[in-house]
Amino acid sequence: MTPREGEVGLVAIGGSWGGVDASVRVLREIPAPLHVPVLLVLHRSRTSERSLLERVIERDCGHPARELGDKDELTAGTVHIAPPDYHVLVEGGSVSLSVDDPVNHSRPSVDLAFETAAESHVEGLVAVLLSGLGRDGAVGIAAVHARGGLTMAQDPDEAERPDMPLAAIETGCVHEVATLARIGARLGELVGGPPR
Amino acid sequence: MSGREEADREATEISLLLEGVHQHYGFDFRQYARASLRRRLWRRVYAENLRTISGLQELVLHDRAAMERLLLDMSISVTSMFRDPGFFAAFRQHVVPVLRTYPFLRIWNAGCSTGEETYSLAILLREVGLYDRTRIYATDINESVLVSAAEGIYPVAKMQEYTENYLAAGGTRSFSDYYRAAYGGAQIDRSLRDNVVFAAHNLVSDRSFNEFHVIICRNVMIYFDRALQDRVHELFLESLSPFGVLALGRKETLAHSPHTARFDVVDEHERIYRKRPS
Repeated sequence: MTPREGEVGLVAIGGSWGGVDASVRVLREIPAPLHVPVLLVLHRSRTSERSLLERVIERDCGHPARELGDKDELTAGTVHIAPPDYHVLVEGGSVSLSVDDPVNHSRPSVDLAFETAAESHVEGLVAVLLSGLGRDGAVGIAAVHARGGLTMAQDPDEAERPDMPLAAIETGCVHEVATLARIGARLGELVGGPPR
Repeated sequence: MSGREEADREATEISLLLEGVHQHYGFDFRQYARASLRRRLWRRVYAENLRTISGLQELVLHDRAAMERLLLDMSISVTSMFRDPGFFAAFRQHVVPVLRTYPFLRIWNAGCSTGEETYSLAILLREVGLYDRTRIYATDINESVLVSAAEGIYPVAKMQEYTENYLAAGGTRSFSDYYRAAYGGAQIDRSLRDNVVFAAHNLVSDRSFNEFHVIICRNVMIYFDRALQDRVHELFLESLSPFGVLALGRKETLAHSPHTARFDVVDEHERIYRKRPS
């Protein structure tokens, strides 16, 4: 049984090419405060400006955002962003970083983040895969599905690059394929807004 | 069997394996961060054509060669020369002026792996005129990576990337001055090895072995859990001279450490700290 409102422990969002814009469009649909931590794993250039994405999310989406450091705790209400050139591994309520080899040519790897999140939050995980080239995230989506999490993918027709959502959908492990607006609204119902 | 039971059983198998390896071989991985440790163990399970962590336990306890293969999995981390050029630029700007005031320098590069960071540091020190009065102690838990480190031979295909990093790090010469084609690769100038001592040292179980003006330990402790990180911070405190410099990876911090008050921040962004005189 997938998690419902009040049962969600973590929302993990992954994406690549087109993923920055897509994730901002999802996050701005979720009313603050977020009841749970959000982990955002995007493939970004090693040289991308450190705080730009944080500022955009804070300004345009109204959620506090922070780039993750090693052993940082995942706190409710905050969007935690994977740093470029490090893998993020979820360990319970915090993360470890690693500089192991890229997975799917990617560091951070969405698969690695989703899989370790699935292993940590056996219940209550929501994983969302957005626009991107390649196949990163598909294995992670399957792992989340296998552990009882709720999985969503961006509608490939809407995605700037449909490859990643398509690869995930092909695994047969995506519960909901939807537009960014719809994904944002669903997440809003599950984890957003003033406590009810 | 439910997913929870399966996860619990696996956690038990991992604990037993780590306990066995510690008791039999003396390598202590019990306080390594679990998620990446688990992945490395499974990689070795599959590479040995095994099915379970328990199977790996039996193999490594009875077969020293298998243990060495596991040790390599556990300790190898692929790095590059002048990784994070901003760090080397900050080191040049903030640390080198202080180092100039010492007649002789001892630097500890902890977790040097295959030596890329060590030689990057040696090049930087040569360019600022400090290399000849420096001894770099480059250590790693794994003796076989130290052999590669001492050889200092890297793929020619990497030189383009390293050259770009070197320039971004503020290098003042031509990077090609520092290597030559040899043994099917690019071998780092042998004189950059003259003042380097490569030696085995285990951050988990070995003590301090000297007093250093600088300790560089980047992206090594991210594989440790918090408690072990705290202990290694203490080891570094004991091993630093007054005002000694500690450099961590750019996503590591002393902020959560119980020893944080013993350090001043030299460069917040590049995670360079200085020990306070007690």
